[in-house]
Amino acid sequence: MNQSPTEPLKRTPLHAAHLRAGARMVPFGGWDMPVQYAGVKAEHDAVRNAAGVFDVSHMGEFRVQGSGALAFLQHVTTNDVSKLKPGRAQYNWLPGVSGGLVDDIYIYMVAPDEYLTVVNASNIAKDWAHLQRHAEGFDVTLTDESDRWGLLAVQGPQTESLLQPHTDTDLSSKKKNAFFPAKLFGFDVMLARTGYTGEDGFEVFVDASEAETVWDKLLAVGFTSAGLGARDTLRLEAGFPLYGHEFSDTIHPLSSTYSWVVKDKTHVGHEHIRAAPTQTLIGLKLDRVPVREGYPVKIGGEVVGHVTSGTSSPTFGHPIAMALVNAEHATLDIFDVEVRGKDHPATRVQLPFYKR
Amino acid sequence: MTTTPTGLKYAASHEWLAADGTVGITDFAQDQLGDVVYVELPEVGRVVEAGETIAVVESVKTASDIYAPASGTITAVNDALSGTPELVNSAPYEGGWLFKLDVTIEGDLMDAAAYEAANN
Repeated sequence: MNQSPTEPLKRTPLHAAHLRAGARMVPFGGWDMPVQYAGVKAEHDAVRNAAGVFDVSHMGEFRVQGSGALAFLQHVTTNDVSKLKPGRAQYNWLPGVSGGLVDDIYIYMVAPDEYLTVVNASNIAKDWAHLQRHAEGFDVTLTDESDRWGLLAVQGPQTESLLQPHTDTDLSSKKKNAFFPAKLFGFDVMLARTGYTGEDGFEVFVDASEAETVWDKLLAVGFTSAGLGARDTLRLEAGFPLYGHEFSDTIHPLSSTYSWVVKDKTHVGHEHIRAAPTQTLIGLKLDRVPVREGYPVKIGGEVVGHVTSGTSSPTFGHPIAMALVNAEHATLDIFDVEVRGKDHPATRVQLPFYKR
Repeated sequence: MTTTPTGLKYAASHEWLAADGTVGITDFAQDQLGDVVYVELPEVGRVVEAGETIAVVESVKTASDIYAPASGTITAVNDALSGTPELVNSAPYEGGWLFKLDVTIEGDLMDAAAYEAANN
């Protein structure tokens, strides 16, 4: 993430709570964010085995309203937004005009002619400009509500049972991608059964002024605070691509094998997305040495790709990585990854590494 | 609170050096790194200069270079770290040592009080 030294880091409504908890703060996408509290592994394990809460208030929220809202969203995304019903959410892509993705986004249908979208923190300004540019000719009003919302992700197998006593809604009736208003600890919130960890869970849209109180109450009922470090190891184990790593303005989005996000319709940049990608995203497992973003991936000494994300998997106890390799090599089973000038064997494994 | 034993010398880059040439990273450094998952150690017999990159300690999130706090020759490495790299976290001044140097010239090193003052 590039951050101009003259521009101060932005703070979420939970900034003071993070400092109080002794979090280690780092710059991330222009924000001062907690990377860890107790430790990445402990927080990762809490989400896999119990329940954790992440501050994701740095992400952006845009409201899309008007009689042209659906037509506009169909024009700027690859997935079929017409399949949404009020109270449902959908993963989607914002394609660029010349291939690549402007961002990947979530779209929540509030009502006919009204949607809420959530975009990546580091892309808020870029996405906003892109959507404004393509809104011309549509009867649509865009509102940037990024400052209005605190956003908390509560994730892990115990999430439903920990939340249920503190909400007025029967959570067991709410399936994946449900989106609904609810009372949580007495506050009016929107809940979505979505997340980015490979676990069951909810994302909580709460008024920014009430976010800290809700956060404290979540900790009090048994959620473990988890930082960006655990968020990254969890999403990598779950094989979820991350913008800036597996997606970008220049990476062909179908490299990620998420071809289901592209539906048969005309949209911004559709002619580019339908061209076959020259690279494929694969999963790699290594014996001991962790590999990091940018490390060369080789076959017989020849570079055929590079690592896009890598870590030591807390769940499996060995290093894992995602890598973009030339499509013609993507079915091979053994690769080498160059680490500090030395080649280390890596075995291709199916994505995701971890499935609940 | 992290500890900084007296009797050791410290580099600004967070390595400690004992009088017998043993080198490790400080409690402060291991705490900053978080869960250590892999340590890449130098070869015995290698001749190094103070300040040279000589080892790598990898945490879940990142790889960090380790610098030689003194010039000299590597006489031993801590083989226990290949199976239990987490010793760097749990015992940074004892079982988690990295390597031993036959020191010829020390680098620019601090005593415990100066190191603590520099990292407060």
